[in-house]
Amino acid sequence: MVPLSWYMTLSVIVFCIGVFGFLTRRNIIIMFMSIELMLNAVNINLISISHYIQDLRGNILAFFVIAVAAAEAAIGLAIVIALFRNRATAHIDEIHEMKG
Amino acid sequence: MKAYVLIPFLPLAAFIINILLGKEVLRDKAHWPSCLAIIGSFVISFFTLIDVIHGKVINEDLYTWIISGNFKVTVGFLIDPLTAVMLMVVTCVGSLIHIYAIGYMHGDKGYYRFFSYLSLFTFSMLMLVTANNFLQLYFGWEGVGVCSYFLIGFWYEKKSAADAGKKAFIVNRFGDFGFALGIFMIYLTFGTIHYVPVFSEVHKYAGQTVNILGFQVNLVTLIALLLFCGAVGKSAQIPLHVWLPDAMEGPTPVSALIHAATMVTAGVFMVSRCNAIYNLSEVAMNVVAIVGAVTSLFAATIACVQNDIKRIIAYSTLSHLGMMFLACGVGAYAAGIFHLYTHAFFKALLFLAAGSVIHAVHHNDIQRMGGLKKYMPITYVTMLLAALSAGGIPGLAGFFSKDEIIWSAFASHSHVGRFVWVLVTAVAFFTPFYSFRMIYLTFHGKFRGTHHEEHHLHESPAVMTIPLILLAIGAIAAGWVGIPTVLGGGANFAHFLAPVLGHPEFHGTHAQELGIMGLSTSIALFGLLLAFIFYLKKTYIPVMLAKNFYPIYKVLFNKYYVDELYDYIIVKPTLWVANRFLVGFTDAKIIEGIVNGVPRAIGIFSENLRKVQSGIVQHYGIVMAAGACLIILFAILWM
Repeated sequence: MVPLSWYMTLSVIVFCIGVFGFLTRRNIIIMFMSIELMLNAVNINLISISHYIQDLRGNILAFFVIAVAAAEAAIGLAIVIALFRNRATAHIDEIHEMKG
Repeated sequence: MKAYVLIPFLPLAAFIINILLGKEVLRDKAHWPSCLAIIGSFVISFFTLIDVIHGKVINEDLYTWIISGNFKVTVGFLIDPLTAVMLMVVTCVGSLIHIYAIGYMHGDKGYYRFFSYLSLFTFSMLMLVTANNFLQLYFGWEGVGVCSYFLIGFWYEKKSAADAGKKAFIVNRFGDFGFALGIFMIYLTFGTIHYVPVFSEVHKYAGQTVNILGFQVNLVTLIALLLFCGAVGKSAQIPLHVWLPDAMEGPTPVSALIHAATMVTAGVFMVSRCNAIYNLSEVAMNVVAIVGAVTSLFAATIACVQNDIKRIIAYSTLSHLGMMFLACGVGAYAAGIFHLYTHAFFKALLFLAAGSVIHAVHHNDIQRMGGLKKYMPITYVTMLLAALSAGGIPGLAGFFSKDEIIWSAFASHSHVGRFVWVLVTAVAFFTPFYSFRMIYLTFHGKFRGTHHEEHHLHESPAVMTIPLILLAIGAIAAGWVGIPTVLGGGANFAHFLAPVLGHPEFHGTHAQELGIMGLSTSIALFGLLLAFIFYLKKTYIPVMLAKNFYPIYKVLFNKYYVDELYDYIIVKPTLWVANRFLVGFTDAKIIEGIVNGVPRAIGIFSENLRKVQSGIVQHYGIVMAAGACLIILFAILWM
């Protein structure tokens, strides 16, 4: 069998890639993709633990996470579209009205 | 009878009403609360006097003010013959001055403020006089001092008036410092500062000495001299006399009330009240007598060459106060109080009449007046009577009180008695001389002002002349209660005060008394005659004397340069230290440093803190991530 620690390591690495992407990229869509990546990393963690202790509660929580991710993506993209209509840019470092 | 409690509190109520409602509500009717209050106090004082004449003495504590360990002070009233006399002086003369002020201050934009301060002053003075302990006396003492500051600097936009107010208060504080030390010594010695215990126990401390900085000083003398410091400041004796002539910057009713009849006499009152202490210290009494006599002669000589009508009367006040202290210093406290009482009438009258003159000609310079008697007959006659009384012309009030002082100086057991008698007899020459110089130059001869001024000359309105007439009656008749036995009277005044002030023993025969009386009267008449010749008949003589003896004239005119001396020795160094160290260093560097530095530090801090909010989402993201890592770290380490 593949040891649990490998799956958890995978989850951590994917999560870190997601954090790095969120903090570094300029494009808003890429930032959203990073957020989805972080959520999916957590899902990997939940499913792998749930499989190894033979409990279904991890799977159920993963379902919740998927549902929340979907809803959040919908609203977030709506905000992005509103932002794009106002500022004509998808680069997040050009939007700093809340400075100071 | 509890009505005596109202005596000081009616004017206090008038002050509160005036100061709160005066500006908007009462405006030019602001005199009603003040005048009604003081007339009410006068009526109650009159009935109190009748009670005291029938033998009643009140010593009651109204309210316990301070209890701190062993230190207990109450607010209380002591109404005995001395207090009753002072109450009559303050309220009677005060009422007439309040009524006069209605006319004099008419139209002034600070009308309500004037009457508020007058009422506050009256309250403080009455608290001073009715006190039964030293702290209440000191409260009244300071209260009248601060009201004097307010009233002298009443026209505060005029720089000389504001400076005069400051000078009066600051010079007074010098004296009050010694006075406070005296009260502390009394508490340390007796454990209480109420009059009755102190005065009844003081004889037990007669010979005791106390160690001050290695010197053995007689305790009673020390206390007496420290208390006298306060009297020197408040009653403007040498060396703290400099504030009184400058105090003439205030309105004339203020000069009459405060600097003639009441405040400046508080020193004499205090010394008389503490006669039990002074009687045990020959040194202190000699100091009092000599300071009084020297001040008296000093001021009388200056008054002879002054040209401001109010300054002449101010120096006259200094001179008469010196005589009162002289009397106290030789043991004749009753004579001092008698003179205080008659002096209140004729000096207030002199000031109010001078105010009437100033009201007509709009300036104070007697060299520009003259011939006013046909324009202002009532003012002339009343002022003439006041000058006669001040000069000690027989029959009028001033004669009896002055003569009692002169006789007391001659016949007392005091070692300095003869010396001060010589000084006061010299003063008896100068007093009518400068008083009548003033009268002749103001009212007689030809008018020396401009034609324009001459058209405006008129007698003052009735609200001002009626107090003058009433005071003139007092200036004539007030002394008749104290006609000495040698002239056939009953010396009632001295007998009335004897339970409080004691009965001085004089070694002298009736023939000597008549002789001294005759001597001083003839000297006074000689002074009057000389003034008559110099200022009415042969008016070239004073001009010639001033020219030939110019150095002497200059010294007298410049008041012996005492102000200049104080300016050089005290004022300039103090200002130098203040500017160099206090303003230049402490104020500019330290306090400004803190006051400017704290906001600047906050500014720098907030400017840097502001940089956290960059508006860039990823920065916030970093902070969130870092925070989450820290929390997990703490959770791992401490769980």
